[in-house]
Amino acid sequence: MTERDKILQRIRQALVMPSPKPGSHGTVFGIGAARTAAQSARDWLPQVGPSQGDWVTRFTQNCSELKTEVIVAADAAAAQVQLQRLAAAEQWRSVATHGAGEAAAAAASLGLPVLRTDGGYRAEELEACGAGITDCDALVAQTGSILLTARSGGGRALSVLPPHHVVVARREQLVPDLPAAFAWLHHCYGPAAWPSMITLITGPSRTGDIERILVLGAHGPKKLTVVIY
Amino acid sequence: MNPNAAQFQTDAGRLAADLTHRQRIQSAMAKYYAARLPRQALFRDWQEGRQTAAETKWAALQQLDEHLLAFEKNATARGTQVHWTSTSEQARQVIVDIIQRHRAQRIVKSKVMTSEEIHLNQLLESLGFEVVESDLGEYIQQLKGEPPYHFVFPCMHLSREEISDLFENHLGTAQTHDPEALTMIARRVLRQKYLAADVGITGANFIVAETGMVSITENEGNARLTAALPRVMITLVGIEKILPRLSDLALFLPMLATAGTGQPLTCYNTMYGGPRQSGEADGPEEWHVVLLDNNRTALLADPEQRDALHCIRCGACLNVCPIFKNVGGFSYGTTYQGPIGAVITPHLRGLQDWKHLSAASSLCGACTETCPVKIDLHHHLLQNRRNAVQQGGGGWEGLLWRAFAFVMNRPRLYRLAVRLGRWAQPLQGLVQGEAFDPLQAWTKTRDLPDLAPQSFRAFWAQRVSAPAPEERRPT
Repeated sequence: MTERDKILQRIRQALVMPSPKPGSHGTVFGIGAARTAAQSARDWLPQVGPSQGDWVTRFTQNCSELKTEVIVAADAAAAQVQLQRLAAAEQWRSVATHGAGEAAAAAASLGLPVLRTDGGYRAEELEACGAGITDCDALVAQTGSILLTARSGGGRALSVLPPHHVVVARREQLVPDLPAAFAWLHHCYGPAAWPSMITLITGPSRTGDIERILVLGAHGPKKLTVVIY
Repeated sequence: MNPNAAQFQTDAGRLAADLTHRQRIQSAMAKYYAARLPRQALFRDWQEGRQTAAETKWAALQQLDEHLLAFEKNATARGTQVHWTSTSEQARQVIVDIIQRHRAQRIVKSKVMTSEEIHLNQLLESLGFEVVESDLGEYIQQLKGEPPYHFVFPCMHLSREEISDLFENHLGTAQTHDPEALTMIARRVLRQKYLAADVGITGANFIVAETGMVSITENEGNARLTAALPRVMITLVGIEKILPRLSDLALFLPMLATAGTGQPLTCYNTMYGGPRQSGEADGPEEWHVVLLDNNRTALLADPEQRDALHCIRCGACLNVCPIFKNVGGFSYGTTYQGPIGAVITPHLRGLQDWKHLSAASSLCGACTETCPVKIDLHHHLLQNRRNAVQQGGGGWEGLLWRAFAFVMNRPRLYRLAVRLGRWAQPLQGLVQGEAFDPLQAWTKTRDLPDLAPQSFRAFWAQRVSAPAPEERRPT
């Protein structure tokens, strides 16, 4: 008998005695009566308005509390101009990016050496880049989060190893809330094409471990910028 | 008294009287409340959200076997290696085997409370591996040679001055009392560790059956780096962390962040679903998920307290607990501190050895009220007390109660005892609170109320036989 079988057997023996549904005071035992978080989360989570305008407002509000910089540009060209200003202000000497989408185009427009993570890279080189510029799957208004994966984010390290993470997103990628973000994930990758990493990034890396005082850039990027057009 | 209980009493007594310590904890907790309460108020309905979270976890546990099998199937389909371990020894052995097979030397860890539970670091260090904790608080505690003080805020008991001294001693850095500068010192040191590490070890907050993933919640990005750079990734996780569906996280992630730290969402919530897949830029070549039982099935077998396995380790019950705020995290002597630790430790490590923690509670219920997954914590403490006595752990206490019942059932004996007590109390007053005081357990921190000079029965008998005129009721 393997350890797996032993554990499963102990679980099955333990479950012979059912436990009542929470809050039912011992009257309900069938799990068919249970609510699921997946189905009803939206009913309890913080409210987000119905229009895209509400979502933009909520997203930028959340970002400003989280210390994420948001740059709203009219079109791709304007976004690239904004990015060039950023590159000059922070004196980036090289940047890293991936893919063939908005992020790659924006990175190319900077006229700096570009490291691409797609075909393999050296971690030391990636670390030395001024910024990691990535696409994303969605922006979440409710929490001010960026949803990206190992595919849309150019791997696992690009969005976390360089000191500045820049996300290039289109306006229509904004979704209202977390349930919508998870539904979008299922739509993009389900049921069997999941990337090996999916992450919700909510602000630049931070810690409060020393006297509960907020410090940005604990291990990941000190700065997070979202360029939307 | 068992050594754990004796240690708890000594440490709790010392720390409760340490005003600096208490002030530090109070100030950290004030910041926690200030962040959490307004955040929780933004929920459309926090209470219904708690109920939903509790029901989701309850239903998931009722089918724990099926969900774990689904997780295994979905994870292995994408190249993940799943290991099942019943005990601490087995989990340690599986992890050591993986490390040795890869001839790895350098190991970097993100926060893994289960590894504290199985004492992994001590073993790996004794075998000559370099093991570095990468969460800032855990790193500070590792340098200090102490376990985490609080399972969410590992070094909340330390001041910036103490951390600065620690860095100066271990890393040779200059003194600074700026939290940002201190954080940057750790960032620089740990960056090199990530880049050099062969193996990364992480914990997990949730196991997702539907997609064969684990979800890791963190603020610093240390788990992200631990899962990105080393060529082998190991995730150690308790079997109870199961959720049936990926979308369940839409509720659990914000509830964990709100209850844990008062954030809308923790900075990084990352779902891992395998080692590097074809077409992906990076990631480990191998990913091992070590599922740990370690007596969780014993807790599962107790339907009355099964809901303690709903715990998502947000730490909220510690933050609101009046006992925790006075005695601090180390007094418990457990991996999991505070009310949840007092409830589950007797199940994980033996009721008779850890029953004293059930008494480390004012039974005020603040823990139960704050728990985002509605664990009935303070009633479980009472049940643990009851179970400890039923299992014959009473000893002296049982004898004393029987003696008390004997006296109380015999009026003559009771009257004699009270008379003796009235006579003995002035003598006890001479040694009040001293080592010779037979009631020292009570009197060292409290006054003993004086026995009334006359009992009510004596007073009544006197009053009926000779009623004083002014005491007569008006007609």
